Amino acid sequence: MEKIYTRTKTIQEDKVSGFCPGCMHSTVMKLIGEVLEELGQVQNTACVLGIGCCGLHMDYMAYDNITAPHGRACAVATGIKRTNPDTLVYTYQGDGDLASIGLAETLSAANRGENFSVIFINNGIYGMTGGQMAPTTLVGMKATTAPKGRDPKEHGYPMHMCEIMNQLVAPYYLERTSCNNPANVRKTKAAIKKAFMNQLEGKGFSMVEIVTNCPTNWGTDALGSLEYLEQNMLKEFPLGVIRDKSLEEEGK
Amino acid sequence: MSRVFMKGCEAIAEAAVRAGCRFFAGYPITPQNEIPEYFSRRMPEVGGTFVQGESEVASISMVYGAASSGTRAMTSSSSCGIALKSEGISYCASARIPMVYVNVSRGGPGVGSIQPAQMDYMQATKASGNGGFQMLVFAPSTVQEAVDMTYAAFDYADRDRNPVLILADGVIGTMMEPVELPPMRSDEEIRAIKENKRSWACVGHELDYAHRAWIEPGQWSTAVMQRTNEKAAALYESWEKDLRWEEYRLEDAELVIAAYGISARIARSAVNLLRQEGYPVGLIRPITVNPFPYKAFDQIDYRKCKAVLDVEMSIPAQFLRDVSIGVKDRCPITTCLCSGGNIMSRESIIEAAKKSLEA
Repeated sequence: MEKIYTRTKTIQEDKVSGFCPGCMHSTVMKLIGEVLEELGQVQNTACVLGIGCCGLHMDYMAYDNITAPHGRACAVATGIKRTNPDTLVYTYQGDGDLASIGLAETLSAANRGENFSVIFINNGIYGMTGGQMAPTTLVGMKATTAPKGRDPKEHGYPMHMCEIMNQLVAPYYLERTSCNNPANVRKTKAAIKKAFMNQLEGKGFSMVEIVTNCPTNWGTDALGSLEYLEQNMLKEFPLGVIRDKSLEEEGK
Repeated sequence: MSRVFMKGCEAIAEAAVRAGCRFFAGYPITPQNEIPEYFSRRMPEVGGTFVQGESEVASISMVYGAASSGTRAMTSSSSCGIALKSEGISYCASARIPMVYVNVSRGGPGVGSIQPAQMDYMQATKASGNGGFQMLVFAPSTVQEAVDMTYAAFDYADRDRNPVLILADGVIGTMMEPVELPPMRSDEEIRAIKENKRSWACVGHELDYAHRAWIEPGQWSTAVMQRTNEKAAALYESWEKDLRWEEYRLEDAELVIAAYGISARIARSAVNLLRQEGYPVGLIRPITVNPFPYKAFDQIDYRKCKAVLDVEMSIPAQFLRDVSIGVKDRCPITTCLCSGGNIMSRESIIEAAKKSLEA
């Protein structure tokens, strides 16, 4: 018998995920761990965790990590990567962290073309603090700080980080994926692998935006959140490669 | 050792490079722009990294990252810029990350003025961020002292795994003086310093629980959080041995001036002139302002001393509060204060001293 699946060693053996049922955080962290193992980089990796549910990974991860101040993950990663260019450095941030309080740090690092990778978990809401409106909250979507739903007149429109970054010259690779079905889980893993390989090859800034769910703060259950994600989130945040300079290089 | 003529900010930056600092991130603000500018020229020469951060907040976070990976790292700013850095400073203190930062302080509050001041005393010594952490805080009164303190600060930071603050001011930062620069640490020494931190540095480790590095500026477990804070408190208690201050002509003093930083240097000159006129005046100058050398004030002969004169470039007075704790009501305390950007004048100190003696 051939063993075809085993739990990644990058998650502590004695820990059980404390994420809400149906939450995609544990899926993504598993994928990252598998990619690190496949690339032989587990012992050479520094993960910069954002604040919020992202930071909960601190309790589960088995490899080096640092918790950044809220929104500053890309600045912290800049400090680590610039002084340790051989270490694989990635940030793991939610939408409030990356696109609201950390907008300056995120875009500035992308604009400098920093040679690290960003894993961006976009579920359109603040999870840990209990469901407040995020920069990526959909129009009409209810939040504890927008009880009548996001109103463009007052709150503006959801921010599309991949597309905003696509205005910058430096970023090397930008892709938006999801983990709502097995096919997309595989695509997400491939995107993470590509982002990490870009870094190992010194190509510069890569970001994988993963459209995810928040059953708890969306006020639904695991299956309901998948339905909402597919019917609403993916319309606002279409999946696909937004930029891949390696394709441009091949085309030359 | 040869003496060179250097501006305070540039001398501080050079001292840091010589101490082995190989990462600097900062954001422009007057009167400390010469520090990042100097690093931007100097770092490439020594294989170090200079990053102009997009903000003070980002710059200190970059330093937090670099220092968490074992590199000697530094940032600098001035007053309102330092306030912005308080987030990252608190993270470094909580996660016990060694780093050095310099406040070339200016007027305040708010955007204040760009001229020299000592308006950040309470912030620097009591609460440089949330959470009640403490740091060694050194207050130079000459460019030479700023150089020596910066050089030593990296050793203190590494010894304690804690941030260290150099509390300078716009005079120290922008004036030029002859200085003796400390020796340049060799690449081997710098590599060894970084290697020593390898066990906890966030750069990748063996995949087992004994070796992995977690840089934790907070804790999910309340028990661990309390233990962490207890360990930090024990560290702060251990700093009694690091107390430094200068006593000048206290022996027969009927008036003792208390001042730090640039004010103390001007006060020292006032003491000399007052002595020439026959006034028995002395000076106590705290060199570490946190921890504060309260016991220095036990050296005063209170049978003779009529008053202690607090001299500082801050209105309202701030340093005064620590002086009061040191004096313990053993004599009256008078003040000589200025604020708003004017440098403390020797004449006003002399006048205040005479008035205090006559009262």
